[in-house]
Amino acid sequence: MQYVDKQSTLRDLREENPAETLAQLQRALFNRQEEQEDELVEPALPNLSEVGFHLEQIGVGLGREELQRVFLALKQLVETHSVPRCRFWGKILGTENNYIIVEAEYREGEEEEEQSAEERFGEGDHEEKEEREDLQDLLPESTYKPPPVVPIEAPGTGTNKYVYYVCKEPGFPWTRLPAVTPAQICTARLIRKFFTGRLDAPVMSYPPFPGNEANYLRAQIARISGGTQVSPQGFYQFKEEEGNEEDEVSQDSFEVNPDFEGLSAVKLAESLSTWVHHTQHILQQGRCTWVNLTLKAEELNEEGEEEREEEPEEAEPEMGPPLLTPLSQDAELFNTAPWTLRISSSLTPEHAVAFVRSNLWPGAYAYATGKKFENIYIGWGLKYAGEGYSPPVPPPPQREYASGPEITEALDPVVEEEQALKDALEEQEAAREEMEEEEEEDEDD
Amino acid sequence: MDSNSLLYAMELVAGSGHTLTVEEKTVLCTSLVILKKNFKFNRVLFWGKILGFKNDYFIAQGRGEDEMQDQKYLYSFNCMDWYLLPPATDSMIQEVFKAAKGRFMGDPSYVYEDVEIQRKGEGEEAIAEELVIKVTEENRLAATVYQIDQEVSVVPRGAFIKSPHELVQVNLSFGGLTYSEAGKLDNFLHFTKKKNMKKKSILEMADLNPVMDFMDLLSDDIPKGSWHLRFECANRVCVIRSHLWLGLTFYHIPMTPQHGYIYIGDGTRNLDLPFML
Repeated sequence: MQYVDKQSTLRDLREENPAETLAQLQRALFNRQEEQEDELVEPALPNLSEVGFHLEQIGVGLGREELQRVFLALKQLVETHSVPRCRFWGKILGTENNYIIVEAEYREGEEEEEQSAEERFGEGDHEEKEEREDLQDLLPESTYKPPPVVPIEAPGTGTNKYVYYVCKEPGFPWTRLPAVTPAQICTARLIRKFFTGRLDAPVMSYPPFPGNEANYLRAQIARISGGTQVSPQGFYQFKEEEGNEEDEVSQDSFEVNPDFEGLSAVKLAESLSTWVHHTQHILQQGRCTWVNLTLKAEELNEEGEEEREEEPEEAEPEMGPPLLTPLSQDAELFNTAPWTLRISSSLTPEHAVAFVRSNLWPGAYAYATGKKFENIYIGWGLKYAGEGYSPPVPPPPQREYASGPEITEALDPVVEEEQALKDALEEQEAAREEMEEEEEEDEDD
Repeated sequence: MDSNSLLYAMELVAGSGHTLTVEEKTVLCTSLVILKKNFKFNRVLFWGKILGFKNDYFIAQGRGEDEMQDQKYLYSFNCMDWYLLPPATDSMIQEVFKAAKGRFMGDPSYVYEDVEIQRKGEGEEAIAEELVIKVTEENRLAATVYQIDQEVSVVPRGAFIKSPHELVQVNLSFGGLTYSEAGKLDNFLHFTKKKNMKKKSILEMADLNPVMDFMDLLSDDIPKGSWHLRFECANRVCVIRSHLWLGLTFYHIPMTPQHGYIYIGDGTRNLDLPFML
């Protein structure tokens, strides 16, 4: 300990202790609620203590106390935002703060509301542009047509199936992340950046990322979910729709299989084919379901401009692997097996928990025991990039004009050349005059 | 981290996502005591874990009289049977750097190969010679562990002192940093010999104490964002994480002498760091 002078008459200035400020903030988490006479509805809150117990067995977690705080913060979220059902998605570490992420379902009716709001927003944008054009239409119009924008997926489907809430520390307010656009996913694939921990921070990258860190975070969450959310085979089954007369079972929706018996941990740890993906694969386009962009472009063309130079090539629809595909069919990247299978205990395997670890998304884990399973991600939010990341090169510079006589600069003639030309012209003139004279003479004759 | 503090300290560094299972912790508590006795170490530290495809390597470090020089590393798969790692030499690190790429396999006898084509002679007489470098994973592990300790091992200022006989020892009167001190990166040092020979101005040297300041500061590292420092566990514990070796976590509880670091990761250096900041 340092020596402290007790005889000083100066009053001590108490230091601001970061632990005290946080304790004040987190105090609200521990307020006991008065008894609410609730009917027995399905609880919106997951049993995070149980999840924590299983996570500890596989050597993953935030620490017991921290997880308890997250649990209480989750309860707060459910109460304040009236989230129908949610799940602790994981944690992403940032350079200044961390993000605690919760995955929740859309409230009923919320999906349509949001969609219409987005449409209205889009229309407003157009009008504004037109007004601006009225004001100043003097500038020459660019002939560049931007490539068609891949439309965003509707809330409740594909990459926007769930809504995500984040907070930086239990006790802090929860923020809802915006829906993700395909362009953001495509750009997020090309860049490699740490998260700072501030949602409004700009993402400085090449190629430029459309949006700020909240959008980047949402795009990475979508990619991680798409790649690493797995469940034991048989837990989910495809929904059989009654109205569907064809034998085809719908490939986009699934439900919990009520007859699922549960697989033993030893069996689960044996082969990857006992695990299946239950989140749709994200296509190259940045969507889960493919849209034909050329069709859309044609429509636009017919509406606006009549001219169409070439028949656009018939685009080949992009197909991802169907839902509930076993992990054993996952592709290998950079000579790295995509998953590692483990069992939590080698000493007592009969009561162990089987788990898989993603090697492509370091920090993504899934465990299964009996009839329960859970996915979690705790990491930096970055995909394994092989030996080293090299940023994409900028596009090649624009081509120059084709060289031709009308744009090449000719050398100025020197005096001698001019003189020579002049002489030649004079000679010609003289010759013509002579000819004319001769002709006249001929006529005279 | 010290094997004695393993039971409670794992909770403090768990914010990075990895902990030890209860089984691993109990086995380590038993085996590290035996290890200390058999190898006649003064102190045994649980160094961390390197994740491989087939198996994970658990690494322990034994320290002798001189905390900085007398270091020995051991690895194990089941936390019970420990094997000594060969000491890392410069030539070994060079070879590992050339040949070993990608993740660890989890098999110490796995051989990484790298074929290098060297051209000898000039013009048409040039002969292409194939130079095959073979590195076993055990050597790679030794080199990686050594490099991590060289580059990112962290101690708070004052926790170790250099005696007049040039021995580096634990400072028994270290009472911990205060909260305001613990919030600054320049109160934390690399636990290796001084490498950064940057000349300091007399003003900066004024506060230095040759007994304690015989190591490099974390805040002098290049690039500037190589670390992040934060208070975690209800803002009571100062936690530092490296961005260069993702997975290295250091903790220190201010006003107490407790500190330590652990590495749990895939054992690859983050070469993309300049792009990521």
